[in-house]
Amino acid sequence: KKSKKSFGDRIHSLSDHFRGVDDELLEEIMVILLESDVGIHTAQKIVDLFSERSKEIKNYDSMEDYFIAILKDFYNEDPSDIIHYNTEGPTVFLMVGVNGSGKTTTAAKLMQMYKDVEFNVAVAAADTFRAGAVDQIEEWANRIGVPCIKGKPNQDPSSVLVDACRYAKTNNIDILICDTAGRLQNKSNLMKELSKMNRVVAREIEGAPQEVWLVLDATTGQNGISQAKIFMEAVNVTGIILTKMDGTAKGGVVLAIRDQLHLPVRFLGLGEKPEDLCPFELDNYLMGITKGMDQNAE
Amino acid sequence: MAFESLSDRLNKALKNITGQGKLTEKNMNDMLKEVRMSLLEADVNYEVVKNFIADVKEKAMGQEVMESLNPGQMVVKIVHDEIQELLGSEDAQLNFKKQGITTLMMVGLQGTGKTTASAKIAKYCTKKMKRRVLLVACDVVRPAAIQQLQTLGQDIDVDVFTMGADVDAVTTAEEAMKYAQDRQKDLVIFDTAGRLHIDEALMQELSDMKASIQPDNIVLTVDAMSGQDIITVARDFNEKLGITGLIVTKLDGDARGGGLLSVRSITNVPVLFVSNGEKMDDLEAFHPDRMADRILGMGDVMTLVEQA
Ligand SMILES: Nc1nc2c(ncn2[C@@H]2O[C@H](COP(=O)(O)OP(=O)(O)OP(=O)(O)O)[C@@H](O)[C@H]2O)c(=O)[nH]1
Ligand SMILES: Nc1nc2c(ncn2[C@@H]2O[C@H](COP(=O)(O)OP(=O)(O)OP(=O)(O)O)[C@@H](O)[C@H]2O)c(=O)[nH]1
Ligand SMILES: [Mg+2]
Ligand SMILES: [Mg+2]
Repeated sequence: KKSKKSFGDRIHSLSDHFRGVDDELLEEIMVILLESDVGIHTAQKIVDLFSERSKEIKNYDSMEDYFIAILKDFYNEDPSDIIHYNTEGPTVFLMVGVNGSGKTTTAAKLMQMYKDVEFNVAVAAADTFRAGAVDQIEEWANRIGVPCIKGKPNQDPSSVLVDACRYAKTNNIDILICDTAGRLQNKSNLMKELSKMNRVVAREIEGAPQEVWLVLDATTGQNGISQAKIFMEAVNVTGIILTKMDGTAKGGVVLAIRDQLHLPVRFLGLGEKPEDLCPFELDNYLMGITKGMDQNAE
Repeated sequence: MAFESLSDRLNKALKNITGQGKLTEKNMNDMLKEVRMSLLEADVNYEVVKNFIADVKEKAMGQEVMESLNPGQMVVKIVHDEIQELLGSEDAQLNFKKQGITTLMMVGLQGTGKTTASAKIAKYCTKKMKRRVLLVACDVVRPAAIQQLQTLGQDIDVDVFTMGADVDAVTTAEEAMKYAQDRQKDLVIFDTAGRLHIDEALMQELSDMKASIQPDNIVLTVDAMSGQDIITVARDFNEKLGITGLIVTKLDGDARGGGLLSVRSITNVPVLFVSNGEKMDDLEAFHPDRMADRILGMGDVMTLVEQA
């Protein structure tokens, strides 16, 4: 408790009495990162950066600002790296991820988002496996007012995607969102099935899927790294959608994933309603992580 | 990224020690640093790790270890046993009423596996314990949550009670109890909507349900992939509801599952079942020794033995 208090004192107004980076401060930084699920290896890297560049601290108004600057450099955002769209036909988004991470709900949120800007949107119910999965996506599609292409229970999900791609081409669809069944990345047969789905989409529409979203639950710990790695091997994952950020988890494993696999975060899920999706904004996100500083300070 | 097993690491740490002669407090600290690292990689909450390391150190500094020929193995054993003890015992059971209808409320964060686990337990109790089970669809939030439970109920041949998505969860639960009485059911399982521990309105809904049904079991689902924050979640659920048991889900994945240790340290309630797949038979008894191996990254051997 004692050390936390003194740390709190050091957060604001560095200019006056900042005495330098000491072990105690580095330990506090480490704890904030660990509590955010950044993971010990990545956290250590960031702490080292924090310490190496500590002379720069004086250029910032607060410790928080300095910390965010370090994290920002670490994340190394690439402004030229943007969401791809198909200019010659339907743009296809493939939703992938482990069980229960929020794929279907996020598909609904994307439908809403693109519909709001007057795109022609359709959704493919390619989770033909889980009980109630088709009903779930269909209900969202109906509520939002978007056509839903579905198959029969236990139908090969790839064939549903073929139907959906053909529907999209003949019906002038701008955005086709493909919901897939949740799968744990260590199930190699299910990962093969996913690769096949990716392939048939590519065969039907050139350059598709334009984006493959790995939907990652913010409460996930270090397993997120394994998820990103193995899903990237199976399909061409282009970005992460980090869900359940309306809770108290920080989803810091995305920093480890960014470091090791260079995968960007694209959107945050902030609730269970179709409007609860917002584009990923690095500064805000990092501010959320450093919030631990104030909490710890109390 | 392959995780090094704890034994490998301790051996490495020990290599540095050989040549220095006796095992000292400093050497011990090096080893404990490796233990700490390994537990953090397994997603054990860092506060829990801190306390754990302090306990282990006390035990490990005892004469026995200091003088043993293979202190690395000794430390592994102490760590393993300590974790196993923290995880609790093998033979935890659901609380069954001697007479009348036993009730179970399934609670937890969104997408952690409540509905699936509700149905699996229903099947297990029907088949293995000859119970007359009723599943109750109290998730009126998530689209098609009711259909999901109904489909599972059909698959396992268990009755599912629902009043549709327009009737609130508490009313549905109360009506389900009357229905269960009429049909002479003796186990009623309430599947509830996933919710965040900080969602006051929905947490209140569970408190209201609890007050009305007075469930014999309130079971929290813990996703094996959970990170550091699960400790906050478990604390809140437990403070507001009084959890009686845990189910660890998605253990068929490759997560080490250290979050379970965090939850155990906060709630001190038993782990009742392991959920390890999407199929209705993928429900197992909990083995703390195997779970300890897994958290420490030593589980592969055991799993292979099991599968053979
Ligand atoms: N609080 C919160 N809940 C969310 C969010 N996104 C999804 N959920 C909830 O998480 C649960 C699982 O979401 P789904 O969209 O069904 O997840 P999924 O990945 O499609 O699940 P499977 O298809 O079974 O693998 C549901 O209860 C959703 O309402 C979010 O951003 N915040
Ligand atoms: N691989 C695996 N998947 C599981 C397990 N338990 C549940 N699932 C899957 O995880 C996803 C979510 O499971 P649900 O039972 O719908 O979870 P829930 O807690 O009821 O979700 P909400 O009601 O939305 O909060 C589904 O895809 C399930 O098939 C498990 O032990 N292993
Ligand atoms: Mg889904
Ligand atoms: Mg459910």
